[in-house]
Amino acid sequence: MISVENLSKSFGQKLAVDDISFEVKKGEVLGFLGPNGAGKSTTMRMVTGYLPPTSGEVVIDGINVADDSISAKQKIGYLPESAPLYSDMTVSSFLSFIAELRGKGKSDVDAAIDTCFLDPVKQQSIDTLSKGYRHRTCLAQSILHDPEILVLDEPTDGLDPNQKQEVRNLIKRMGEDKAIIFSTHILEEVEAACTRAIIIDQGRVVADGAPDELKAKATGAGSHTVKISGMAGSGIRSELSSMSGVGTVREFASSESSFSGQVLPSNKVNSNAESIFNLCKEKGLLLEELRVEKGRLDDVFREITKTDTEISERKVKVDESHEAVQD
Amino acid sequence: MSALKNIWIVYNRELKAQFNSMLAYVFIVIFVLLSMSLTFLLDDFFAPNAQDASLEFSFFRWPMWLLMFLAPAVGMRLWSEEQRTGTIELLLTMPLAVWHAIVGKYLAALSVITIAILFTFPVVITVAYLGDPDNGTVWGGYLACIFYGGGALAITCAVSALTRSSVACLIIALSLCFGQLLIAIPPVLDYVADNWGGGFADVLGSLGTWAHYTEMKRGVISFSNIVFYFSMIGFCLFLTSVVIKSKRS
Repeated sequence: MISVENLSKSFGQKLAVDDISFEVKKGEVLGFLGPNGAGKSTTMRMVTGYLPPTSGEVVIDGINVADDSISAKQKIGYLPESAPLYSDMTVSSFLSFIAELRGKGKSDVDAAIDTCFLDPVKQQSIDTLSKGYRHRTCLAQSILHDPEILVLDEPTDGLDPNQKQEVRNLIKRMGEDKAIIFSTHILEEVEAACTRAIIIDQGRVVADGAPDELKAKATGAGSHTVKISGMAGSGIRSELSSMSGVGTVREFASSESSFSGQVLPSNKVNSNAESIFNLCKEKGLLLEELRVEKGRLDDVFREITKTDTEISERKVKVDESHEAVQD
Repeated sequence: MSALKNIWIVYNRELKAQFNSMLAYVFIVIFVLLSMSLTFLLDDFFAPNAQDASLEFSFFRWPMWLLMFLAPAVGMRLWSEEQRTGTIELLLTMPLAVWHAIVGKYLAALSVITIAILFTFPVVITVAYLGDPDNGTVWGGYLACIFYGGGALAITCAVSALTRSSVACLIIALSLCFGQLLIAIPPVLDYVADNWGGGFADVLGSLGTWAHYTEMKRGVISFSNIVFYFSMIGFCLFLTSVVIKSKRS
């Protein structure tokens, strides 16, 4: 449905999006992750035809956006970042305006008002609405024509926890028969609603996969947290270390008769749960606790987008060049 | 067909927005009040030695100066506001071409100006009651006003695409309109003709608005006047689309 190939965008000297390619099929919900300024919004703006790409192309359901942007735009529903609205209109007149442009009727407006729970405010002027309602009005605008493709830029931004949950459920439900891209920097959202996630950093795709696959990339993923008693801690530790498939053993606490710590596998595919259990059985030890670490998206995200040091390095360079100019 | 439909939808929304913001009412009231009071108070409209009941040198002297200020005031928000609030992103991701939106919005603002101009009709009734005016100059005068307003508005439209600030747009557009008026007033043209040659003065005179306005208000609607205004409006609206597109690339 959505096919993005070698997409790049530069604003003057600054390269905002650098050779991004991905595909979203019908029934897929793609989560777009990345730190602020990573190029998420710029990519989405190019997908929706708002920004022309510097190079590369976007194909929507077989239509190249650069060639026939009007046909492509008909198929897309778009929620821009910060949910812009004509604040001098009422909710229902705004949605009617969008419906007219989309060639839709009053029943579609009513359906969108229902879906986004806008009934209590539909006659209210948009500039009197709270942020949550404004956001949902803009969301209603994007789903009004029941598009095959939805591009949502931070759809849960500014919503309260209940509303966030509602929007996530809505995305999940609509994702069954649409192709959806949504950006967020709330990682739990990705786990809750996405079938796939892409992490971008500095305009490049740095990770692409199902949320579970991404989580497996975390450092701690596949390790086992254990608490074993019945033998001196140091003894248990050496027994664990000597097992095949075990990389390192980290110690949390150790006493005369027990050990607690983390067993890291020698490679991420291995699962050591069974061998740990067997070890305890053989030696007659008591396995008090055994927990598998699935890895957390937070960790993956931080590991692959860790650029703080790079940024400060660059800053130093810029400062130096400034000084050079002054000299 | 879909182009006309899109223009009509954008036009409708923009016209409502103009009246919702109260600015349209303020503009209409100020325009009508000022043009009337300038006519009746400053001119010798009621002077005992007035030979004929004509609007050419009394009433129709003023709208050009008023529109020079008020057309930028009506048009200053056309694109600057869309850019400031980000609604441009919404509008341009709808299935319509950029020029549909430009033309729709422009025509809505032009309607506000036209309504204001037409609301000066009491002055026509007055002069018809007092004497026997030349209808040609009345029609010519009104056409001159609408075309002048349309030209000034087109300049404003292009400027508003350049900036997010409507105040900056107002000031820049006003200066441009004033400049375009100034380059073609007789004293300037005489000076130019004396110093740089008549050919240059002719070019300047035909690019400026002064001659076109005064000719039209005399009731002389020539082909060149119409071409001048239409090409100026067309050029400015085209420029608007170039600015809007280039801002995104």
